[in-house]
Parts: sequence; structure tokens; C-alpha cells
Amino acid sequence: MSLAGDLERSVLAGAERGVLRFVAAGSVDDGKSTLIGRLLYDSRAILEDQLAALERASLRRGAAGIDLSLLTDGLEAEREQGITIDVAYRYFATPRRKFIIADTPGHEQYTRNMATGASTADALVLLVDARKGVVTQTRRHLVLAQMLGIRRAIAFVNKMDLVGYAQDAYERAVEEMRSFAAPLGFETLEAMPGSALRGDMVAARGGSLGWFTGPTLLERLETLESGAEEAAAGPMRFPVQLVSRPHGGAARGYMGRLESGFLLAGEEVAVYPGGRRTRIRGIRGVAGEREIAVAGDSVTVVLADDLDIGRGDLIADAGAPPREARSLDAMLVWFDAEPLRPGTRLLAQHASRRAPACVSEIVARLDVNTLQERSPDGPASANDILRVRLSLQAPLFVDSYRDVRATGAFILIDEATNRTVGAGMVS
Amino acid sequence: MSAAAIASRVARPVRTHLDWLESEAIHILREVAGQCQNPALLFSGGKDSSVLLRLAEKAFRPGRIPFPLLHIDTGHNFPEVLEFRDRRAEGLGARLVVRSVEESIRRGTVRLRSQSDSRNAAQSVTLLEAIAELSFDAAIGGARRDEEKARAKERVFSFRDEFGQWNPRDQRPELWSLYNARVRPGEHVRVFPISNWTELEVWQYIAREGIELPSLYFAHRRPVVRRHGLLVPVTPLTPPRAGEAVEELSVRFRTVGDISCTCPVESTAGDAEAVVAETVSVRLTERGATRMDDQTSEVSMERRKREGYF
Ligand SMILES: Nc1nc2c(ncn2[C@@H]2O[C@H](COP(=O)(O)OP(=O)(O)OP(=O)(O)O)[C@@H](O)[C@H]2O)c(=O)[nH]1
Ligand SMILES: [Mg+2]
Repeated sequence: MSLAGDLERSVLAGAERGVLRFVAAGSVDDGKSTLIGRLLYDSRAILEDQLAALERASLRRGAAGIDLSLLTDGLEAEREQGITIDVAYRYFATPRRKFIIADTPGHEQYTRNMATGASTADALVLLVDARKGVVTQTRRHLVLAQMLGIRRAIAFVNKMDLVGYAQDAYERAVEEMRSFAAPLGFETLEAMPGSALRGDMVAARGGSLGWFTGPTLLERLETLESGAEEAAAGPMRFPVQLVSRPHGGAARGYMGRLESGFLLAGEEVAVYPGGRRTRIRGIRGVAGEREIAVAGDSVTVVLADDLDIGRGDLIADAGAPPREARSLDAMLVWFDAEPLRPGTRLLAQHASRRAPACVSEIVARLDVNTLQERSPDGPASANDILRVRLSLQAPLFVDSYRDVRATGAFILIDEATNRTVGAGMVS
Repeated sequence: MSAAAIASRVARPVRTHLDWLESEAIHILREVAGQCQNPALLFSGGKDSSVLLRLAEKAFRPGRIPFPLLHIDTGHNFPEVLEFRDRRAEGLGARLVVRSVEESIRRGTVRLRSQSDSRNAAQSVTLLEAIAELSFDAAIGGARRDEEKARAKERVFSFRDEFGQWNPRDQRPELWSLYNARVRPGEHVRVFPISNWTELEVWQYIAREGIELPSLYFAHRRPVVRRHGLLVPVTPLTPPRAGEAVEELSVRFRTVGDISCTCPVESTAGDAEAVVAETVSVRLTERGATRMDDQTSEVSMERRKREGYF
């Protein structure tokens, strides 16, 4: 394979390949870390000293061959217990694309870390054990991935070697996965069989799955739509991070990252709180003045009028304004060991603004097995997925998470411990 | 006409992968400035911290970088790196704070077995002392997730308790780009704006931006000995051992740390573009090819990090 040589040529030619961020998720021991290890190994993304270290570590653990899960299970406790505890980020590239991979833990206890890895992903690679099929954790991860806005999912039905590569075992697992996931509304939901351990259908086809005619996982990942354009298509949202007050008479600038839509010099905008109208006088990019900024760009904005604007304010599309909210209906994933009770006071962090918040009501708890929302029986505990109502001490300027991720998302912080205790998505 | 319709007519600048990484890093740096009371940027004169410094320059332009630079001097640094460090800080008009392992040794908080012992791990003590002394609530560093398997696990905003310790089993969830930098007095966060960069991207950025670096990052002739598969530079601190043959080779450093544990690699790359070309086809990782200290145990980086290392 001349992958490395091709990559070299494409990098040196300055070819821009685009990025795909994906998350590996699924239940405990279904083979997420092994799959990521296999992908890296077979695409020659592992260097010689890493390989030697991997061999030593595998040997020490009495493995027969190389234990590929050790490539991402980098913490001492993970290696001792043979499980993933926290998300690992890995980077690799083929001549066609760069990948940022998040390998996440399957244990329910570490759902917060799965959510961390999934929150920035464009695509989900869901592991399903061909013998066990879809279990509660598989469902929880599908629900979380969908809630977090991932639109493309690939189910990798793993451990096919343990079911004799039988097509009916694969089809049973796919049927279970589809009948559960169909109502969730992923844009694309695909499936493929394979073995992370043996390498079948990961980067190479292998010889045991002749009945499967689809592409390998790597081929599929190389062509999957990335979703990079989605944020640009939304309404303009520019949360102000800092105000620059240069000396010597230069105009005041508002520093931030354009989170959604386009920003154009001359355009009319509204500033929240207040909704005061003004125009964009200029946009300073990192490399100088520019006419336009696109979602994802960190820039400095100069406005036509002298308004009192500070960190936490939001410059937005005057024609498609955000919603001023003193109370919010939201889906919430609760992370903390401390149970959540109605009336709990927390700090909400939304874009660049923070506001004291109170979970005034836990409306429902989602049963991840049936997708039914049930009325809560007592306080919510860690890893619960909830529908809540929040009241805010000061207004936030929000969009529904479905429409604009950056202004639909918030985290909750416990002011006493400063821990991040929940993640919310505005309904 | 809607903004999107107008936008479709304006020539849109192409955002490359490097632009995306740069934009993310600038967002992170501005969050530090927005959320923290008293941050410091760890600047050693090395390539990652030089990239970090350029990003900070760009993030706060036309203003100055709103925090001091902090360097922990192990006392075993390459003189040209220190000279470079001072020149860069002065050129930017930035405040440079230097704290040295030597002072910690005098205070008795660092105890080494011998003068020539690697001081790499001892840096953690001095760093934590500096953070406490100067009441920093955030320390911005140039560590990258692709460097090492424990680093691959770390958050962008990584919480340190009042003992400066990292608890990898209980990191704060970090969703989207909503970073939580809140700490109580005595605690701090480490912030890693270039978490998502690889060694190749660092060099591509250095080439693109024309970032100046100490000359030992580029090919030069240097006496070395071969030891355990590494090229150990011959210096007063690291003299050749009995029976070792000293060779003069064309080498460059991929990372620059404490002299006693950093090794160069063979190279003919005289500028950043040439280093990019070499980096695409490397066969060893940055640390594997160059660091003596990481090879002592499978978990040496994680243990050092838990104790306060960056
Ligand atoms: N036979 C067989 N075993 C596999 C396959 N994939 C993974 N395994 C084994 O299944 C076990 C669990 O694999 P991991 O990759 O650690 O599973 P995981 O999903 O990352 O587990 P957590 O992260 O802890 O949830 C290991 O013993 C693997 O060797 C496969 O395709 N076939
Ligand atoms: Mg795992």
C-alpha cells in the first residue's frame, strides 16, 4: 500500500482535503477502541515507536497479538481495567481527507465523556456487537448523538468473526438498530458488518464477508458529507468575547467568533440585549480587513454606531433575530453524581454569556429503551436525559438547537464546586 | 436581498484546515482573556510555544497580548533558545517572568540526585510554585493531543486542584466550545489552544506565517553519540560515555526541552518548508525520536502530568 507516499504527495502539493470529525460510540466492550486502533493501524497512521510500545504493552498484558485498543486507551486506569474512561482524540489523514476521531467510553458511568466527544462530531460510527445486538447503552448513544445534532450515522456490526461471518446475524442486528433508530430521524443511517479485531471491512475488505458488497468503513468515511457548510447556512450570530479598545483613536472593535451565517461589511445588524440596530462598518480578520466572514471565523467587528457593548452580548441578523428568553424549555443531560432536584440553582453558560438559572421543573425523563418520555419519579440522577424548564435571572438570546447549534446549546455549572454538571439543548 | 444571497455573490475566501485550527485557537485564547482574572502564557522559545505566541498576537491585535509570558528555566537550556526567548518577548513588549528550577533547589523544594539529573520532571514543582506565588488562575500551554497518549485524553481547559494535580478520571465535561474556566482561589486551569494540531500542522503554520524559531530547529552540524537508538547531543551536561564514538552529523531538533533529555534527529532541512517535507514522511513520533524521559515507563507522561507537569 502506498498510502503514505500518496499522502506525502498531496500534502506537498498543498492539496486541501477538508476535515471530518467523527465519534466512535456504542456499548461497553463492543470494540470501539479496537476499531479505532485498527483504522489507524491499517491506514499506516501509527509510527514505528508507537507500534513498538504497543507491542510491549500488549505482551505485558498477556495478549496473544497486538491489542489495538491500547492505542487510544492511554490512561493508566484504562489499561489496567481494559476499558475506556475518557474520550481520546486521534488525528489521521488519507490523501482524500483529514480525520479527527473521538473514541468514547461505552460505560454508562462515563456518559459525560461520550457526550463531550459527540458534541463536536459530524458523524457517528456506532459499534454493535453481532452477538448481542442493540442493548441499552447502544440506544442511549444513538439518542445522545441525535440530540447533539449528529446527522449521519454508520452502524458497524462488529465481532462478525465470532458469529462465523453469518449474514443472518448481521441482518438481525441491523434490523434491531434500524427499527430503534428510524424515528430518531438521522439524515443518513447506514450499516456494515466487520471485525475490528481481524480487520475485516475496516480499511481492507478481508476475505470473509464476500456477501457484503458495500464499501469499507474507511472508504465510506472518506466520502461522507462533512456538514461543514451547515453552520454557514444559518442566521448570523456573533457572540462578543472581548472588546478591543485600541489606543490612538482607532475604532473600538468587538472580538469573537462568527458562530453561524455570514457577516458582511455594510450589513444591518441588531445587538442584544436591547435589539439596537446598527451597521457593520468593518471586519478585521486575522490577516487584515475583509469584506465578509463565514461561520467559524474568529474576527473583530467594528460597528457604525457607538453602542455600549461588552462580553456576553450578541450581534445578530436583524432580519432573523434570536429569541429573548427568561425561561427555557430544553433537553438536558445531567452529568453530576449529585441528583438534580426541581428548584436547584445553577449557572447557565450560553455562548459568551453566563446567567444564574434555576431548574424550575423536571418535565420528563426520557426512557432510552422505548423513547417514551415519562414523568419523573423523584430527582434526576447522573446520565439521565431530561426535558426541563429553566428560569433565568437575566435573559439569554437563544435559538432552538435544531436551528443554530451555537446559540441553542448551554452548559450548567454548579457555583459551589464549579463543576460542569449538565449540558442543555434549547427546544 | 438576504445576507446569504449577498454572501453568495461576494468572493468567499477559502478556509483551509490551518485557518480552521487558527480560528479555533484564537477563540480559545480570547475565552481565557474573557473568563480568567490572571492568566499567563507559558513561553519557552520552543516551536509550539512560538506558534502559541503568534496566535496570541493575532488574537488580540491591534492590542497587546493581555497577559505575561512565563518560562520555567530548568538551568539546562540551550543558550540560543534563552536568547531567542528574551528577544521575542522584548520585540512584543510583553512582560516575561522567569522562574528557575535552580531557585527551587535552593529552597529545598526540588531535590535531585545529581547536578546532571534531568530537570524535566522537576519543572512541575517550580511551575506550581510560580503559579502560587503570582496567583495565576490560568496557564496557557502549547501541548498537543497528538504528542502522547495521555495528552490525547486531556481537555482544552483542564482543571488543576489546589495541589496543582490533574485528575484524569474526573475531568470536567467539555461540550461544544463552551469552556468552563471557573476556579476557586488556589486552583487553576491549564489551557491548550493548539490541542487539535499535529506536528505537521505546526510546521505548516510556521512555514505559512514565517514564524522565527531558534536555529537549532533547522539542520546544523553537531557532535552526537548514538545511545539506545537516539542521537544524544554532546554537551558539557551530556558528555560521551566510555566507549561511545562521537560523530558530527547534520541534525535538527524536533522538540527542544531540557538539554539532558532532548535529542536531535538527522536532517538536512534548512527551513520550515523542508521540515514540512521531512515531517510528512517521519517514521517515529516527535517524542519517541527525541525524548529520553518518556521512555522510562508506559505511563511516565501521565504520572508527571498528574503531578502538575504541562
Ligand atoms: N473476536 C473479536 N473480538 C473483538 C472484536 N473487536 C473487539 N474485540 C474484543 O472485545 C474486547 C473489548 O474491545 P474494546 O475495543 O476495548 O471495546 P470498547 O468498545 O472500546 O470498550 P469500552 O470503551 O470500555 O466501552 C477486547 O477484548 C477486544 O479484543 C472483534 O471484531 N472480534
Ligand atoms: Mg474503548
